[in-house]
Amino acid sequence: MSSTEPRRTALDALHRSLGATMTDFAGWDMPLRYGSERDEHNAVRTRAGLFDLSHMGEIAVTGPAAAALLDHALVGNIGGVKPGRARYTMICREDGGILDDLIVYRLGDTETPEYLVVANASNAQVVLDALRERSAGFDAEVRDDRDAYALLAVQGPESQGILASLTDADLDGLKYYAGLPGTVAGIPALIARTGYTGEDGFELFVKPEHAVELWQALTKAGEGAGLVPCGLSCRDTLRLEAGMPLYGNELSPSLTPFDAGFGRVVKFEKEGDFVGRAALAEAAERAAAEPPRVLVGLVAEGRRVPRAGYAVVSGGEVVGEVTSGAPSPTLGKPIAMAYVDPAYAQPGTEGVGVDIRGSHEPYEVVALPFYKRQK
Amino acid sequence: MSNPTQLRYSKEHEWLTAAEDGVSTVGITEHAANALGDVVFVQLPEVGDSVTAGETCGELESTKSVSDLYSPVSGEITEVNEDVVNDPSLVNSAPFEGGWLFKVRVTDEPADLLTAAEYEAHTAG
Repeated sequence: MSSTEPRRTALDALHRSLGATMTDFAGWDMPLRYGSERDEHNAVRTRAGLFDLSHMGEIAVTGPAAAALLDHALVGNIGGVKPGRARYTMICREDGGILDDLIVYRLGDTETPEYLVVANASNAQVVLDALRERSAGFDAEVRDDRDAYALLAVQGPESQGILASLTDADLDGLKYYAGLPGTVAGIPALIARTGYTGEDGFELFVKPEHAVELWQALTKAGEGAGLVPCGLSCRDTLRLEAGMPLYGNELSPSLTPFDAGFGRVVKFEKEGDFVGRAALAEAAERAAAEPPRVLVGLVAEGRRVPRAGYAVVSGGEVVGEVTSGAPSPTLGKPIAMAYVDPAYAQPGTEGVGVDIRGSHEPYEVVALPFYKRQK
Repeated sequence: MSNPTQLRYSKEHEWLTAAEDGVSTVGITEHAANALGDVVFVQLPEVGDSVTAGETCGELESTKSVSDLYSPVSGEITEVNEDVVNDPSLVNSAPFEGGWLFKVRVTDEPADLLTAAEYEAHTAG
């Protein structure tokens, strides 16, 4: 992008009319919060929250060899994804470094395979470029659909009830990590049961010109259920409590999925070669022979909040690094995700702390996630 | 957002009351509290500490960040608000009242403290 002007979503004026505090995020001017981020967080945990996620990067992959291209370009087994289902996966460099984590939806009701790849806003161009480069020789088209969609998310235990009042789509039949085309409040939408909050919820891909109408319909439908507009600040604390990685914090090009503790997304058994296979096979062997640092949860005994980049310490030695940290509204204490040396990764390991601006504060090592919803 | 006109303000977003028996009360402004978001932890100076105008004397942590707390004047701390230590959300809910931070016996004050109108101009745009 040559312009330094932030991009604005189709809901920009609406956010401002709601009094949102806006923030620059990956070149987009996005709502950080509308009021108290703690209240927004708790609304998603107990009732429902409405998010504008239009900054996410949509890329369509179509054509007879669409599945073969994605199997070649990504580390997951995309050919095995059934129509109407979705898969969490990653795209890696030839050397195995993580370029981005993605959700790939296989769109249903189509004669020829059609996939929607959703990348992080900060990486959308990188992913698009890589997919295009990797598409050489495949009978498939890679299309930049970033401007084709606005993305709204309804998350929280009340979200199904709210959505059900606006759609005839079979929400009961829509499983986690599935998506189907339908209409919501009369608006054509891809309705997906995905999210980044640790709660049940839906993500709705619609044309940008319908975004305001959909937002207003959802707001009205959610009035009685306690739905509130939610910004990116609570999205971050929600995903942190749910133990979900964030690109740029837990994931980066300097880590392979095996170093990051996400080796399970790499499917060596799938058909054909894929970008990064050799390096990833080596990384897997290396990780088995000499375990790398482990992604763990840390819970504060005190009240000072660990931040990304702070050192994890034990006995005066640095034994790891915090990747994300925040006060947890659900636990009522500061929490963090951190990569720590394997010897300190066991839940309950004694004597682990975080260096918070020079003071070693005690922390409890716990298994991730910090929070798991009751089903 | 209205900044009480009887207070004076620093460019670092602290407010202070007119001295009463030489002692002023200090807090952070609503503008600053809104910019921080939900405050979850405050570290205040201790009673008896000397503070210097424009220098850090504590910390405020919010969901997204940690910020230094500056003293708008020089002097000696005479009281800190234990209520706000126990319930940091007071900084957000009542920044000019129950969310006050500390009291200081003023020995010196900088020349560039602002009136409410000047502070509003400082934070506009």
